[in-house]
Amino acid sequence: MVRATILSVVLVPICLVWIYPFIWMVSASLKTNAEVFSGLGLFTDVVRLDNYVRAWNEANVGRYFFNSVFVTVFSVLIAVTATSMIGYVLGRYRFRGKKVIIGIFAAAIFLPEGYTIIPVFDLISKLGLTGSLWGVTLAEAGGAHVVIILLFAGFFAQLPGELEEAARIDGAGFLRIFASVYLPLAKPVIATAVILQFMHSWNDFLLPLVLTLSQPDLRTLAVGIYAFKGEHLTDWSGMAAASTIALLPIILLFFFLQRYFVESVAGAMKG
Amino acid sequence: MSVTQPRRSSRDWSRFATPAWCYAFMLPALVLAALFTFYPMVMSWVYSTVDWNGFSSDIEFVGLANYRELMSDGLFWDAFGRSLIFVLVGTPLRVIGALLVAIVLNQQALKLSPAFRTMFFMPVVTTAAIVGIVMTFIFGPYGGPLNEVLVSLDVVDAPVDFLGDSDTAIWAVLLTHTWKNFGITMIYWLAALQTVPQSYYEAAKVDGAGAFALLRHITLPVLLPFAVVIIVLTANENLHAFALVQAMTAGGPFFSTQVIEVYIYQTAFAADATGGGVPRLGYASAAGCFFGTAALVLALIQGIAVRQTSRMRKQLKA
Repeated sequence: MVRATILSVVLVPICLVWIYPFIWMVSASLKTNAEVFSGLGLFTDVVRLDNYVRAWNEANVGRYFFNSVFVTVFSVLIAVTATSMIGYVLGRYRFRGKKVIIGIFAAAIFLPEGYTIIPVFDLISKLGLTGSLWGVTLAEAGGAHVVIILLFAGFFAQLPGELEEAARIDGAGFLRIFASVYLPLAKPVIATAVILQFMHSWNDFLLPLVLTLSQPDLRTLAVGIYAFKGEHLTDWSGMAAASTIALLPIILLFFFLQRYFVESVAGAMKG
Repeated sequence: MSVTQPRRSSRDWSRFATPAWCYAFMLPALVLAALFTFYPMVMSWVYSTVDWNGFSSDIEFVGLANYRELMSDGLFWDAFGRSLIFVLVGTPLRVIGALLVAIVLNQQALKLSPAFRTMFFMPVVTTAAIVGIVMTFIFGPYGGPLNEVLVSLDVVDAPVDFLGDSDTAIWAVLLTHTWKNFGITMIYWLAALQTVPQSYYEAAKVDGAGAFALLRHITLPVLLPFAVVIIVLTANENLHAFALVQAMTAGGPFFSTQVIEVYIYQTAFAADATGGGVPRLGYASAAGCFFGTAALVLALIQGIAVRQTSRMRKQLKA
């Protein structure tokens, strides 16, 4: 008991230093440019929300925010739909060619990656999606998703078959049995899939950077704020406000769903 | 074939119609994997044999010339070496540090453990590029908070330009990368620690074992098999620091933080930074393929090496 108390006393300051960069960022976003680098005080007399207004309007963060939300929401929808469907049939049905399919996906893990961004860049322009947010969205949703497919397949495989029999007697077809009997039971796996894909899409940098090189209007938050830094080297409080806008959604989501976040990451190791 | 069969009963219907549904259900995931995993994987090898600047239709097949040039490219090998530093220094730092924190947080008496775990994990969920930008302010020489603290504690006489000095920049970037991803490794260790049966500890305590003996004879042996996976995953992650490095230093100053992914990106898309001026997509692809293969070999060697050591240790005990 005493030891636990001592440990806590040591750990509290360590943890505060650990997340200090984020505290500093929020604090700087509420100061004037002159105040940002004058002393270590985290609090200001006057809270300056105009930094947020400036970032949102003048630095285009409003548009980047919309782009990030669009890309994230639709890539999550696409990826989770596709992985739950293939996981369902791999987990529950026997059909010709199943082993081949599993082998193909397993190969994705053991092949060297190369530098895939150049072919992806080329592919998106061949598909005629260069000028649209759908290009970035599809590329973010794309990939083999081996871990998530395995999680879905494993989950659906252990569900009882009687559910399907009963639903069929009630006249339900293949689609209905999947969508209204089995899929609703897979909520824990869906949560994991949504969180992993959300983190990937919201945080990704190289892919949206390359795909929007000649399309500044399509930049996501990560790319837009990176470009903003190059253009406005001296607007520190504006930068801090823009950074806060980019990080706050994912940090808030993490605080509300942290159990799922932690389990998703731990589950990804087992997979 | 299912179409031509007469539908006699619902059972027959399901038996014949299901394969078609199965293939239909696999289609979206197969298309996504084909377009964005397999096609690019194959094409990156194809591109590695051409000379191409990306915007003209002028693509010339050059065979293995890109690879031959790569072998004598000093910039490439310097970048390769920096990525190796990330693996050789960053991996032990994070794996051992995270293990210590995980062991502390795993103590049942520690009531605040979930709150501490949340804080250690928080940087993991954030956007690397944005974190990189924020860290340029934290490390900044003109009133940046880190320098303020160091100067007021008399650790340094004058503010240090951590990211502007080619001797310190790579360590600042490496530390930031370790800090940002520390929580992932910690969560892996915590998951591994959950597999140690609590009853082992209780039995050993009854026998009068101290805290160190518990750690040495129960905790560590159980964790050993997990160590292989955790080391390989962490090492692999240390090879992928593009967003953070590009946002913090863009490979500078004087290439001192140009890790391999930054080198490849700049060769392909930001040629001004590497001095050439003309983007070289074929050459960058060759660098990417070479590096990807090296990373895979590295992971295999690590896996085998760690497994061998644990087997040897087991034999020594027996």
